Amino acid sequence: MLEHVVNGLVLGGTYALVAMGLTIQYGIARIMNLSFGDTIIAACFATWLMFTGLALSPILALVVLVPAGYALSLVVYRFIMKPLVDRAPDEGALEVDSILVTFGLLFVIQGVLLTLFGGGYTSYSYLNSPVNVLGTTVAANRLLALALSLAIGAALVVVLFRTRWGMTLRAVALAPQSAPLYGIDTNRAARTAFAIGGALACTGGVVLSMFQTFTATGGVVFTMKALIVVILGGKGSVPGAILAGLLLGLVETFVAAYIDPGLTLAAVYTVFLALLLVRPNGLFGKA
Amino acid sequence: MTSFIAETAGAVRRLMTRGATVALLASVASTAALAQEGDTVRIGYAVSKSGPNAGGSDMTVTPNYQLWVEEVNAAGGLTLPDGSQKMIEVIEYDDRSSAEEVVRAVERLATQDEVDFILPPWGTGFNLAVAPLMAKFGYPHLAGAAVTDKAPDFVERWDTSFWFMGGSVDYVDALTEILVAQREAGTINDQIAMVSVADGFGIDLVKAARPAFEAAGFEVSYDKTFPPETSDFATILGEAGNAGADTFVAFSYPPHTFALTKQAKVAGFNPPVFYLGVGAAFPVYPGIAGGSVEGVMSLGGIDPNNELTMAYRSKHEEVVGRAPDLWGSILVYASLQMLAQSIERVGLDKAAVANELSTGSFSTVLGEETRLENNQLRAINWIGQWQDGNFVAVSADGGEGKAAVKLPKPGWE
Repeated sequence: MLEHVVNGLVLGGTYALVAMGLTIQYGIARIMNLSFGDTIIAACFATWLMFTGLALSPILALVVLVPAGYALSLVVYRFIMKPLVDRAPDEGALEVDSILVTFGLLFVIQGVLLTLFGGGYTSYSYLNSPVNVLGTTVAANRLLALALSLAIGAALVVVLFRTRWGMTLRAVALAPQSAPLYGIDTNRAARTAFAIGGALACTGGVVLSMFQTFTATGGVVFTMKALIVVILGGKGSVPGAILAGLLLGLVETFVAAYIDPGLTLAAVYTVFLALLLVRPNGLFGKA
Repeated sequence: MTSFIAETAGAVRRLMTRGATVALLASVASTAALAQEGDTVRIGYAVSKSGPNAGGSDMTVTPNYQLWVEEVNAAGGLTLPDGSQKMIEVIEYDDRSSAEEVVRAVERLATQDEVDFILPPWGTGFNLAVAPLMAKFGYPHLAGAAVTDKAPDFVERWDTSFWFMGGSVDYVDALTEILVAQREAGTINDQIAMVSVADGFGIDLVKAARPAFEAAGFEVSYDKTFPPETSDFATILGEAGNAGADTFVAFSYPPHTFALTKQAKVAGFNPPVFYLGVGAAFPVYPGIAGGSVEGVMSLGGIDPNNELTMAYRSKHEEVVGRAPDLWGSILVYASLQMLAQSIERVGLDKAAVANELSTGSFSTVLGEETRLENNQLRAINWIGQWQDGNFVAVSADGGEGKAAVKLPKPGWE
């Protein structure tokens, strides 16, 4: 029983880590980023390149790729998202426009990755050593994913809820129309949020690449999973994403252990539907 | 930081050059061919260059097409019965891993591009999808990367189809034979823990395995399927470990094969027989698993003492830039050699080539006397095991180009 709790939390940690970036981009910048998963895959490949080509550890890759993800996302926002933001008459229109443009972006990233790396399976082994957690053996790389998602999540919550800067971001998320009345630069806040999301996608990519096989076209799986977690947790809510991620990890593990591994997907969608029936805006969603 | 950027740029550049070399080879081939317009053999194919099947295609099928075209054109082209030679001109489509797309592409190759020959796509499902079309237009269908028990039926229905990879029952029977011998030798008990991916390959294999294991007196004490999206196997391995079985069998796709290996290492799950699905015969597998994979079993295997096989492997590495897989690649390549030799004997007439493929004997990388039985290649390796860094073909006692299986599997390092 305890073994399944630990395994479930470790699995859920991955989901939470992947979903946090998307929830910030969606909740604060109002951009439904369908190319999120492909950004993760790009980070996976970058890590793999550094690991196999340059013999740099993925931890070091984290130090390089996370700021790179932030900077690149700023560029993407400036040149691709900003024109959409400027011309969108309301939030709904921006969401639709961003879905369309990021759907295109998804294929651009995928195309570049396919040209550079081909369509084959890529994987490597790092930190694949056993660690004993409460009597259960888990892989160090997965434990790192859980630790990172909890640490990043906690840091984000502190920043969002305890600093003036975070308050600005939350104000934009809560009332994008009214925020400028208080002298808040909404565009700047949205840009920052989008970039933080990009940096988190890179974090997820680096960590995932340590234990998961990836292909140039595999991004959509991550986007889907992240989307489920984001909606389940309530869009824009970091604690919601963490809780929902861990919940899904636990559900999958318990179903696999006590019912049937074949039913894990069905169980995830059942939980998803059931929770949305009770709380249409997700666990931490605004009514 | 500057040196880091320089190094990264260097790595990217190396990758680009490698990609560019392959692209260049292809374009050289096609320009050389175009130079003698009307004097070429047009060969078309649709393969998955993107989408979920791209990984399999990119490993087993596409590199062999490239290698073969490059080799044939370097030698002056395909030889015809009168001794003249014609360069190969390639028309390639991406089926984007969509069955509708592969059918459309094959139809286009046949009706609009009017190619002389069509090479098959990757995967059982896709080969079945294009089989009726290939037969309708009279093209020899060399299904190289397709595992099916129905091959004898298909040969009756589409008499220009050829099946090179055997069926699920063949693979399962070979495994069962080894398991029975090991049980008699007292190495393993009569319990088997079995998992399979709920998709084409997994479903097919597990359907063949259940009755075969039962008939051989084994009890499958853990028998579960998992969705293709599964990435975490900690729980499945835990439950399989609790099942009391000495034999663990997973009919899995590469991402699962890699994940199962990594997590089995972490969990210290090391049953005497550890048998995995697609991916364990990839040359990158030991690297992905992080060290020794001694004793791991899977489908396929090669004979490292066979000079023809080893020459093919080094040529593949030289031209494509990486080693072929240790299961299907060589079968795909052999099928292309058989096509070239048939053309040399009977010319470009599709029906005559199909007839020659059915009845002729060929010199291929598999051996000097490669023959099809009822349009199927039967002399293939069903089971391989990692032994001393090689994925060698094994049988219960060895012999005939196969090594003796070594069990119980040693511990993970």
